[in-house]
Amino acid sequence: MQKSLHLDAYKCTGCLQCEMACSYEKEGAFNPAKSRIKVFTFHDLGRFSPYTCTQCAEAWCLHACPVEAITTNVATGAKEVNETLCVGCKVCTISCPFGTINYNTETHKVDKCDLCGGDPACAKACPTEAIVYIDAEQTGYDKMQKYAQLNLTQGE
Amino acid sequence: MAWTEKVLRVNLTARTTFVEPLNMEWANQYLGQRGLGSKYLSEEIDPKVEPLSPENKLIMITGPLTGTMAATGGRYSIVTKSPLTSAIACSNSGGFIGAEIKNAGWDMIIFEGKADSPVYLYIENDDVKILPADDLWGNSVWKTDEMLHQKHQDPLLRVACIGRSAEQQCLYASVINDLHRAAGRSGVGTVMASKNLKAVAVRGTKGVGNIKDFPRFLNATNQAKQVLAGDSITHEGLPTYGTQVLMNVINEIGAMPTRNMRDVQFDGAERISGEAMHQIRASDNKANLTTNAACFGCTIACGRISTIDKGHFSIQNKPEYWHASGGLEYEAAWALGSDLGIDDLDALTYANFICNEDGFDPISFGSTLAAAMEMYEQGLISKAQTGGIELNFGNAEALVKMVELTAKGEGFGKELGLGSKRLCEKYGNPDLSMTVKGQEFPAYDPRGIQGMGLTYATSNRGACHLRGYTVSSEVLGVPEKTDPLTTEGKPELAKAFQDATAAIDSSGLCVFTTFAWTLDDIAPQLDAACQGDWTAEKLLEVGERIWNLERQFNLDAGLTGKDDNLPKRLLKEAAKTGPAKGKVNELGKMLPEYYQLRGWTADGVPKQETLQRLGLV
Repeated sequence: MQKSLHLDAYKCTGCLQCEMACSYEKEGAFNPAKSRIKVFTFHDLGRFSPYTCTQCAEAWCLHACPVEAITTNVATGAKEVNETLCVGCKVCTISCPFGTINYNTETHKVDKCDLCGGDPACAKACPTEAIVYIDAEQTGYDKMQKYAQLNLTQGE
Repeated sequence: MAWTEKVLRVNLTARTTFVEPLNMEWANQYLGQRGLGSKYLSEEIDPKVEPLSPENKLIMITGPLTGTMAATGGRYSIVTKSPLTSAIACSNSGGFIGAEIKNAGWDMIIFEGKADSPVYLYIENDDVKILPADDLWGNSVWKTDEMLHQKHQDPLLRVACIGRSAEQQCLYASVINDLHRAAGRSGVGTVMASKNLKAVAVRGTKGVGNIKDFPRFLNATNQAKQVLAGDSITHEGLPTYGTQVLMNVINEIGAMPTRNMRDVQFDGAERISGEAMHQIRASDNKANLTTNAACFGCTIACGRISTIDKGHFSIQNKPEYWHASGGLEYEAAWALGSDLGIDDLDALTYANFICNEDGFDPISFGSTLAAAMEMYEQGLISKAQTGGIELNFGNAEALVKMVELTAKGEGFGKELGLGSKRLCEKYGNPDLSMTVKGQEFPAYDPRGIQGMGLTYATSNRGACHLRGYTVSSEVLGVPEKTDPLTTEGKPELAKAFQDATAAIDSSGLCVFTTFAWTLDDIAPQLDAACQGDWTAEKLLEVGERIWNLERQFNLDAGLTGKDDNLPKRLLKEAAKTGPAKGKVNELGKMLPEYYQLRGWTADGVPKQETLQRLGLV
């Protein structure tokens, strides 16, 4: 079964545990500035929204890369950056419509979410299940169930 | 380890900055935040210094766990000498700036002297600049935050700043960070303003990687998070209702200070409670509460984010307030609500917005206004003096007007900025000031919760609920239930809470974790992160050392055991209703035993052997 990260902004409290977990996994330090998942605060709306790479099946970044440094991990579906091949040209950062692949000024390469090889640290760290790692074919299951229940109530 | 071991010293007079190594011997004895900041302050200033003079210093300091994955590891403190109490002040705040300071590579920032014109401090990792703030001065916290983000073109910049109330010498002005988190009490913002320091803007991208044993730390923090997730208060009560979960509980036990503590129960409590914040308003079909929110690293998320009804009288035709922002915590809801006899939830929320927007403490403001209302009803303050406003209890329009005036230091708002003690002295009835050491009471009437009388009286920063929250035991039964109406065992309880809290306030963690955690949950997290051996016993010793250090500072500043007192009202006027009906606070029964347990003389002075035991001589 292939899994997918599923993000629910309405469950997010903006605590940044995901950013710390990600940066520790990837950089060995608690450093939100280096996290590949980002929580955005919309103060005036009173909302928080986590966002990261959705691992497109036909990934813009992968197709744009001139040196084929981005490949698909067959087991997880993640689009992974091969750091030895990456030349830091940033074409992928231009081609990604979602902005989830970014240049790292220290390594001179690009960084993106790679699903931690199939065990994403952000999902494990999230205290409110705003980030879950679930069956890629069932990410709409919760909403379906909610509306199915609504359907049931309306029938009474 | 866990500390960055770097101190930034900022001399505002000379406009110079210095980098110093952290004194690790002191860090081992005082941990961080409150303890370590108080140690630096004690060593560096004369306790008799005039609080608003350039000779006072202002210290912003993180704890060893600030900026880490430990649940609630985002706290920082501001330590200085208070203009409100003339005692040592330490105000603690969450939000995000504490972690940002740590991420930029600093444990603490010491501000000394006074700039000859307004400035702000800009930090981007090692790049530190003192920049002119003439354009920022005269603006609110919210406007200043917006201007700094625009100026630096950096959406991730974190800002702590003062508002207009501080510039106008309101004696209980706060330092607000991240728009609505506050180092709230004792006038730390007033001291910042006295130095012509408008703001501190920080961007840190270095990360916190200096952990003694990462795998053990992750294991310890994960276990502790499970404890928070398994506790009904930290997993359900606080995220759902915030600290406002207490409103109805405290009212029921008859410990809800009402109308300047004339009464101990408020018939409008339910209408301003955490539950009421969830109710859908008939007027606009929305609830006051928009969502709950977390500070940095917090897995509890007790923060309130509220939206006021656009049609409410307080914000009609004021679209600048039609957005969500920091809502009512219990202390603000009490001080702006029951202590003023006001049960209009949106009016209280508006007053709270203004306290955040212009940076002042809603507890001290509400309590001062309550004293003014009582004096107004007694005829000691006239309508001419209030600018034509009827200052009677229950008047929500008066609250709205007065909070606006206090924010800008205009009209009668300037008088309210004096705080309750000075206001009551000025208008001729000092007994109506509900304060200890000049600081206003928080939301627990010590006639209905006896232990709180002792912790208020002995608190080193004046009346405070966060210096020893015996409510936890006396009302909530954590860690074990004691009878709130008796004095028996309370000196011991107060001391235990005071010492443990002093250690937690120094760690980088939030004291609200202690609804579920004991020091046995906290010690393994510190031990895995910090050099040295950190046990629960050592933390208690550190806490007791901090308590005595603060006490020594206050005694050296000129305070005495006589200042460990309560207003006459709480000692002489019995509670009129509820379970505590007929009770006064029996401080006199508790204080001598407390001094004895502390190893202090009958006059409240730490004995030489006590100081020796704690390494304070």
